[in-house]
Amino acid sequence: MATGAGRQTARAALALGGLFVVLLVLPAFANPYVLSAAILVLYFAYVGQAWNLMMGFAGQLSLGHSLYVGLGAYASAALFVHYGISPWIGLVAAVAVSLAAGAVIGFLAFRFGIGGVYFALLTIAFAEFTRIGFDHFDWVGGSGGFFLPVKEHGVTDLANLRGPPVMFYYIALAMAAGAFLAAWRLRASRIGYYWLAIRENEDAAQALGINTFRYKMLAILFSSAMTALAGVFFAFYYNNLFPEQIFSMARSIEIILGPIIGGLGTLFGPVLGAFVLTFLGDGLTEVTDAFGIQIPGLKQVFYGVALLVVVVFVPNGIWPALARRLGFGPAKKGE
Amino acid sequence: MPAKTLATLAGIAAALVALYVWRLAALPGALLGNVVVAGVLTGLIYGLMALGLSVIFGVVRVVNFAHGEMMTIAMYAAVLLFGAFRLDPFLALAPVAVAFFAFGYALQAGLINPFVERPEHSQFMLLVAVAIIMVNGLLMGFGPDARSAQVDYALDSFEVGPLVVDKVRVYAASVAVLLAAGLFAFFRLTATGRAIRACADNLLGAKVVGLDVKRYYALTFGIGAALVGAAGVLQAMLVDVTPALGPVYTLLAFVIVIVGGLGSMGGALAGGVLIGLSEALAGVAFTPSAKSMFSFALLILVLLLRPQGLLGKKAG
Amino acid sequence: MALLEVRDLGKSFRGLRAVHAVSFDVDEGAIVAMIGPNGAGKTTCFNLIAGVFPADSGEVRLGARRIDGLRPDQVCRAGIARTFQVVKPFPQLTVEENVIVGALKATPGVAQARREAMRVLALLHLDGKAAEPAASLTLPERKRLEVARAMATRPRLLLLDEVMAGLRPTEVDEMVGVFRRINAETGLTILLIEHVMRAVMALAARIVVLHHGEKICEGAPEDVVKDPQVLECYLGAEAEL
Repeated sequence: MATGAGRQTARAALALGGLFVVLLVLPAFANPYVLSAAILVLYFAYVGQAWNLMMGFAGQLSLGHSLYVGLGAYASAALFVHYGISPWIGLVAAVAVSLAAGAVIGFLAFRFGIGGVYFALLTIAFAEFTRIGFDHFDWVGGSGGFFLPVKEHGVTDLANLRGPPVMFYYIALAMAAGAFLAAWRLRASRIGYYWLAIRENEDAAQALGINTFRYKMLAILFSSAMTALAGVFFAFYYNNLFPEQIFSMARSIEIILGPIIGGLGTLFGPVLGAFVLTFLGDGLTEVTDAFGIQIPGLKQVFYGVALLVVVVFVPNGIWPALARRLGFGPAKKGE
Repeated sequence: MPAKTLATLAGIAAALVALYVWRLAALPGALLGNVVVAGVLTGLIYGLMALGLSVIFGVVRVVNFAHGEMMTIAMYAAVLLFGAFRLDPFLALAPVAVAFFAFGYALQAGLINPFVERPEHSQFMLLVAVAIIMVNGLLMGFGPDARSAQVDYALDSFEVGPLVVDKVRVYAASVAVLLAAGLFAFFRLTATGRAIRACADNLLGAKVVGLDVKRYYALTFGIGAALVGAAGVLQAMLVDVTPALGPVYTLLAFVIVIVGGLGSMGGALAGGVLIGLSEALAGVAFTPSAKSMFSFALLILVLLLRPQGLLGKKAG
Repeated sequence: MALLEVRDLGKSFRGLRAVHAVSFDVDEGAIVAMIGPNGAGKTTCFNLIAGVFPADSGEVRLGARRIDGLRPDQVCRAGIARTFQVVKPFPQLTVEENVIVGALKATPGVAQARREAMRVLALLHLDGKAAEPAASLTLPERKRLEVARAMATRPRLLLLDEVMAGLRPTEVDEMVGVFRRINAETGLTILLIEHVMRAVMALAARIVVLHHGEKICEGAPEDVVKDPQVLECYLGAEAEL
């Protein structure tokens, strides 16, 4: 039994290493279109992993994660535009602001015993509240948008995150890999066990000596800090920020689709989900473009149908089912 | 509950209220009166919408995350019927409500019933998926531009002393009140209504006496859908419709029922009036685009201080 | 010497007296049973000791330390572990992971917790199921898992809430054997709520009898079963005396 599990782990590690090597050399072979799609996959894999810590591990459903993306993006972008501060320093501020927001939401919700759907609504309310606030926040452009200066083509300035897509690709890859490793380490640690226990049964977890308030706070703090970094990336990759977009509920839902479709509470779920969604979604756009039709909303309808199909037919997500097929062992939740 | 946190929150709330009152006091009396009346009337339509959400939650225990999207579809139905046949939305009310009842019944019977035993987040995701499909389906069908149903009497108004009130708004609010009253009567007086209440109050008991619970769930979802359908038709006369309104109304409906008390019918109506009023007042006191900020602030306060809602019963 | 001291414990729900002026001691190293008809307030008593809700009146002491008013996790860290009458496993975690969560309270890291978990699982004959998800266990197995998880926290006092219910007589005897052995080897103090008198008589050195939220009798098993008040309250009730 132990050797069986060991072989599964070895196989999984080998597959993972292979995937990482492929991703490392990908830019050498990819055309600009594939590269931009790959950046998107890695971005969603990263931010999905961050969200998964909270919902998939600790069982706290946040539908307002766009809040942390937006705060991180605006904090770092504002420091860069107004004071010329490098995003590598700005990300500290981004994380700090996001952490503060996460701490407030978490403290209020968990101290007052707000859980489940009510917690989800509270997170939406805070995100919407902030969105409207930023619409009137003229220092960062209000509803008219906030724009980062775009340097001339061909310059790679890593210190200020100005450069070609390849640079952003490797940053996104590092972030996604880092998030994966972090989630893996956390999952195997005391914190990970306690989060899963809280997700599975909070009363039982508390009876076993777990300070559930503290560990739920840890979950939202980890998650909001990680998500803030996604915001920094977003700001410097896209160079424009609109409150209507970045703080919108649609963005929050985009973040959670990957992990749910891939497999809630699994390590590979967010990665696989991001891959499946981006490539199927972009593939769909390709097909419609080839026929010369452009229908706004079609891709989102497709996302909706994909979510529906997964929730109805594969409630645990694609990864657990796939893992069993590939011989990575019995794909239990949280494995 | 931590008393310090409560005190801080109460302090913030008091400061906000003071700011609000101070801004309002600067307005001329007649304008304020008009705004209050319009806010209450709109609030009654909001209340009807929220009533649908509340009834569904109270009985089926499923949170309809696609509620505002359904409202928006009804608004499109009213606009399209008006555009194609010059059908007055007040006449479109009945057919749209019937169609929505059938749709709601089918949705519950076909899709949601297998989910009533599943974990909360699973139900939530299911309805999020339905909502995404609906709102983007509308976008695909009708594009992002605003549409409206302008009846001939859209600009007529009643004048009562210094107050000027839109006729359409008065009629629409009256219909909303009538429908709500009809719903109350249905739940009190008819055998079906009482059976549905039995399912809500005591699920096990309802099963023991042989009620077909799943069928009553479907009926309930149908009724909730019909209510939101009717609310959408009424609302179509007051505001222009775009697909983007879907999520906005979903959130609004949530705010209303949580403020009023999830599962309480009176609470839904009262919450609707309160939010309608708050939006209208915030619109004149500050800026229209900030109006929902006050609704969300109210939501956050209610969640923290009185999670069962203003008129809701304490759980447990 | 008394490990657990309960003094004048009282709790009402909506004006209904669930527990009233209950006092008793559990000596270090002893096994004490709490019995009484359904609705006598036994589980409420447990919940008060475990900190699930605060008592209206009275005191609970573990050793020299007052523990009433603490949260459940603080009570656990103070040294009291409990099982739930309606079992609450972590269904999607494996049996081993379930117990690791408990063992982490008493161990510095996951590796040690895993070893401790396997040791406790072996004690309760669940080691063969270690890799299976808890959701796949039968009810008697879930009850044992509940005990294993609580024991893994290395408590000074173990509260067992009807862990024998639904077991066949041979399984009851097996569990009795397990508790006796643990009690004899480690000196673990046990307070148990139990309807299965076969287990109560075999395990408990003392019995506390609750009825309508009040203690009506306390003493050695053979005395308690002869007590007229106890007989009266059990008349026509479910106990297999």
